[in-house]
Amino acid sequence: MDKIKKFFLPKPIILSNGKVVQPAMSPMVYVIPILLVMFFYSTSLTGFALGTLINRGSRFFDILVKMFPPNFGYFTKVWTPMVVTLVMSIVGTLAGAAFSIPAAYLSSENMVKSPLLKFIVRSIMSVLRTIPLLVLVILFLNMFGAGAFTGMISLGVFTFTIMTKMFYELIDTCDMGPFEAIESSGASRVKAFWTGIMPQLWGQYISILLYNFEMNIRNAAILGYVGAGGIGILLNDRLGWRAYPEVAMILLVLMLSVYLIESLSRYIRKRLL
Amino acid sequence: MSTKITVIEQLKNEPKNLGLKALLILGLIGVGILGVVYIDYNGFTEFGLTVMWNISKSIFTPNTALLFGEGKNGVLFLITETAAIAFLGTIIGTIVSIPIAFLSSRNIVPGWMANIGVAFITVIRTFPAVVYGLMFIRVTGPGAFTGVLTLAVASIGMISKLFIEVIEDLDPGIIEALDAAGCNGIQKVQYGIVPQLMGNFASTAIYRFEINVKYATILGMVGAGGIGAPLIFAITAYRWADTGALLIGLIIFVLIVEYGSAKIRKKLATGE
Repeated sequence: MDKIKKFFLPKPIILSNGKVVQPAMSPMVYVIPILLVMFFYSTSLTGFALGTLINRGSRFFDILVKMFPPNFGYFTKVWTPMVVTLVMSIVGTLAGAAFSIPAAYLSSENMVKSPLLKFIVRSIMSVLRTIPLLVLVILFLNMFGAGAFTGMISLGVFTFTIMTKMFYELIDTCDMGPFEAIESSGASRVKAFWTGIMPQLWGQYISILLYNFEMNIRNAAILGYVGAGGIGILLNDRLGWRAYPEVAMILLVLMLSVYLIESLSRYIRKRLL
Repeated sequence: MSTKITVIEQLKNEPKNLGLKALLILGLIGVGILGVVYIDYNGFTEFGLTVMWNISKSIFTPNTALLFGEGKNGVLFLITETAAIAFLGTIIGTIVSIPIAFLSSRNIVPGWMANIGVAFITVIRTFPAVVYGLMFIRVTGPGAFTGVLTLAVASIGMISKLFIEVIEDLDPGIIEALDAAGCNGIQKVQYGIVPQLMGNFASTAIYRFEINVKYATILGMVGAGGIGAPLIFAITAYRWADTGALLIGLIIFVLIVEYGSAKIRKKLATGE
């Protein structure tokens, strides 16, 4: 008990000159009870039952077991949708990334002088960012019909909102020296931004672009679920037919692509930074 | 006497990087061609604009009965349920990730074991969350419990990957100092390892909670509880007033979570 008490309320320390210092109370004093209350409230709300998990946990592997052996012959059918997914993600990410530069410029602390403009742009971007990807997909499905084009636009808009935030945080913290020097030589603010700030940030910009690309490949699998083209449609279809060996093949191809892209992007990032 | 260089001459000395630029342009053209070949444009439907207009309008004219409603269908309950699913999923995912991360860190276990661990984590990470959802529905049936388990498993990949980076950055000097002071194993963990890791681990967990909140809306699609399913049903059935109420709830909730998470993580990182 004594140890616990010491952990929560440390003993005062008496310095050599007689001064008494009371160390701060550990934040655990309120963090642990809050977490415990939230934990028990959440378990009752979500119907969490450890018993069910232990008794029926093996059912989790039902699908996994049925996946073996994967249907390798199915690869010829997986190949094209996977390429469509890749192209859709690449084009979507690149488009979103391109538009995010001006949007990030308009919402950065040190580029925009008018606080009102910055506030408006930032608010719009924050609200856009909270819209789930699925809602975007359903919205664009209504505009462009089912297919890879919808997926591309949805991923583009989604990337645009996220990258804008990541990029303006970078602009906020970059070195203003070159920008001021160029501006003092008579260049406009936009031109000074392009020649003074962007060269500092290209590396990090590509890095967040790759991060978003990786994320989009994984999201693309979800997109197909609602009919937005690529490998997701195939996955949804095969899952619906309970053709698990074929599902296994789709997942293998997806895994391999994700792994290759992650390795490639790790390599590029290492070279850049 | 040094030679004078004008600004213009200096500008001309700038490295041209012609090869890199050509490569970039070729790459962009290539992507463009691939895009034209593989992505077919089905034409634009005017109706889409109506949908967009209605969704935007619905945010300002929500179904207030639903927005402020109590009971199982009210927005407040759905948001609380979503938060509970995300919270519990994150906690379980974090607890499971800690041993996995320690067993895959190069400075704790031998190299081959770390390689196996990292491969295992990669496999977990590449499965789409929807597939986990379908697997867990067989265990627990549709509902919030499935959402919790799905998010927990889907979180393991990212959390343990980030944990490994933190563990591999552990400062061995502190452990050596504790050794020199004659500490035993438990004391070394208590005073040398836990304080170094706690802040980063908490920060990672909070960040993942933020992601899980957004994921929780996707899981509605496979029947895993939360606000996702009602929202999608409302949009696909063109019930705009309901859509508005659910979107308002979701937007405010996500903004609060983002703000709180940024604040806490900043405090953990810098102590301010």
